[in-house]
Amino acid sequence: MSALLDVRGLRKSFGTTEILRGIDFSVAAQELVFVIGPSGSGKSTMLRCCNRLEEPTAGHVFVDGVDLMAKGTDINAMRRRIGMVFQAFNLYPHMTALGNVTLALRKVLGKGREEAEAIGIAALDRVGLKEKAGNYPSELSGGQQQRVAIARALSLEPKIMLFDEPTSALDPELVGAVLGVMRDLKEAGMTMVVVSHEMRFARDAADRIVFMADGQILEQGSPAEIFGNPQNPRTRDFVGELSR
Amino acid sequence: MEIFLFQFLNLDIMRQAWPLILSGAQMTVLLCLAVIPLGLFGGLLVATGSISQWRALRWATKAYVDFFRAVPPLVLLIVIYSGLPFAGIRMSPFMAVCIAFFLNASSFYGEIFRAGVESVGRGQWEAARSTGLTWLQTYRFVVLPQASRNVLPDLVSNTVEVIKLTSIASVVSFTELLYAADMARSVTYNTSPIVLAAVLYLIVLWPVVRLVSRLEHRLGH
Amino acid sequence: MTGLERFQDAFLKPELIERYWPDIVSGIAVTLQIAVAVVVTGLALGLFLAVIRSYRIRLLNLPIIVFVDIFRALPPLVVILIVYFGLPNLGINIPGFAVLWLVLSLVLAAFAEEIFWSGIVSVRKGQWDAARSTGLDHWQTLTSVILPQAIRICVPPLTNRTIAVTKNTALGTVIGVGEIMNQGTSAMSLSGNATPLMMAAVAYVVIFVPVVALGSWIERRFAWKRA
Ligand SMILES: Nc1ncnc2c1ncn2[C@@H]1O[C@H](COP(=O)(O)OP(=O)(O)OP(=O)(O)O)[C@@H](O)[C@H]1O
Ligand SMILES: [Mg+2]
Repeated sequence: MSALLDVRGLRKSFGTTEILRGIDFSVAAQELVFVIGPSGSGKSTMLRCCNRLEEPTAGHVFVDGVDLMAKGTDINAMRRRIGMVFQAFNLYPHMTALGNVTLALRKVLGKGREEAEAIGIAALDRVGLKEKAGNYPSELSGGQQQRVAIARALSLEPKIMLFDEPTSALDPELVGAVLGVMRDLKEAGMTMVVVSHEMRFARDAADRIVFMADGQILEQGSPAEIFGNPQNPRTRDFVGELSR
Repeated sequence: MEIFLFQFLNLDIMRQAWPLILSGAQMTVLLCLAVIPLGLFGGLLVATGSISQWRALRWATKAYVDFFRAVPPLVLLIVIYSGLPFAGIRMSPFMAVCIAFFLNASSFYGEIFRAGVESVGRGQWEAARSTGLTWLQTYRFVVLPQASRNVLPDLVSNTVEVIKLTSIASVVSFTELLYAADMARSVTYNTSPIVLAAVLYLIVLWPVVRLVSRLEHRLGH
Repeated sequence: MTGLERFQDAFLKPELIERYWPDIVSGIAVTLQIAVAVVVTGLALGLFLAVIRSYRIRLLNLPIIVFVDIFRALPPLVVILIVYFGLPNLGINIPGFAVLWLVLSLVLAAFAEEIFWSGIVSVRKGQWDAARSTGLDHWQTLTSVILPQAIRICVPPLTNRTIAVTKNTALGTVIGVGEIMNQGTSAMSLSGNATPLMMAAVAYVVIFVPVVALGSWIERRFAWKRA
């Protein structure tokens, strides 16, 4: 069992409506898993359960063998092992790019200013934004902001990265650079779960595609299987809709 | 605990004091009915003055507003009630309270209305004037209604402050709610009458305070 | 005697100014001390309560909300009289200035809590998500990410409210606290002349006009920054 992320019987209700209705799936080390599905199917909710930003109603999430739901688990220590990138970037507007990246290094890992900044600069360099270290988010383009957000997660040396529609708030011409960074990460061996509608990227880079609808996983397989020969009629409709 | 109940929530004493407190409450209501409209009216004048084309008028209203926002209302009231008689100007407590509140409330309401008027875009003025409305008609029928709606939470919240402030009329022996309650306290040597007055204030103002925070939170988003 | 002389005799009599000057000055000192104490404790308590409230523990939130509502709805003078006349009946004797400080601090804390809380909830939820996802705990997120953003929104209303509450130090005169107004009115009845009262009024104007001007400057500056 080399699963880095293992989700077991995950359920989540908001009030009386059940949004996730029993999710089981696992991600192996260095795997890039794409999650697709119609709006409202629970993709974001599932992803947010994977670092307990959302509290599951039932089920278990194991990351690197540690049960996130177990009583003794230090969730904050685990979270820095689980990088997350948001659709809206969520950069801290009152801090520079470097400040955004170093905050958790200093507060969670307790690193000194100099060490944190060295790590932060290296992380910004990895996303190609070393020279923007001193800029505030409002002075950066959307694509640059998202890359800073990726650097913020990367600097903590996560075991796995979760991406929730990282490019859907971006103008088309800015998408490429962000996807480029994600491609580099994949090549460097990062384990990733990506919720996205970038189908071309999915076809090229994904190891596996997971199709979700109504809070359940209906089908999963290689890009060739899901895009070329979907079995479930709903997958077929969805994929057909996308490629039109 | 028992002594606490006896001193603060003594139902017998509250019952005895009730007629006095009720008449005080009526006076408070009366006072509010006088000073709130006065303050709103004055506030409109102040706001109009502060957006005037005429620079001297703008400065004068600004000085007026800054001055009367700075002076604590109690100070204003005492100066009017106890100071002016030395200049041969004598008036009833009610009159003194009305004047003090007019000066104080109009400057606060005035600032609120001004912010409201400024929140209405130039486009509204130009659109209305282009249809032939006069300045006054535009102000009255186009700008002020929008302005008041934009600053409604502030208007309501300032009105709560004015209502609370009427309690200082007790200091110049105007027989409103707090004065009546304090009178009952001094004859019974028991705090319950003032607690009863506090309860009356709460019954009226608590819902309004809730409403204000609702309004503010909603507009904040 | 001309009208002007008569006016001066009643309101600006030089020998009375000279005689009561020290009293007014000591009143100013009392007013300033109480005002500063109220600002410090009131704002600190308000911030503290808003921080507690951000943990969203129902058992703690309910009393906070009730406290805030009550102190926003009650006239401060009513509370002052309840505390000032009520506590001695329970065998607790605290001096008037302490009552004034306590009550005004609670009033300011109530308003400040409400303002800080609005500021906290006005920060977008994604900021919490981002910070928590990197492993920051609630307290670290609040102090490093949320409050620095919230404060900007809070400053203008907080300034106005703080000024309003400190002006209420004048209420101390009702319970015999020796602040400016109290000095002025007692000197007025001693001397049978309105001059000390005028001095007190002028003292308030001199203290608070700059404060109010500073307040509107801050308000405008922050409004401009937000736009
Ligand atoms: N905090 C919440 N409270 C109540 N309902 C919620 C909450 N968060 C999500 N939901 C509901 O859960 C359902 C799934 O939401 P989710 O955001 O996971 O969908 P999604 O698959 O990510 O959709 P999209 O593609 O539009 O992002 C939606 O119907 C949404 O309204
Ligand atoms: Mg989503």
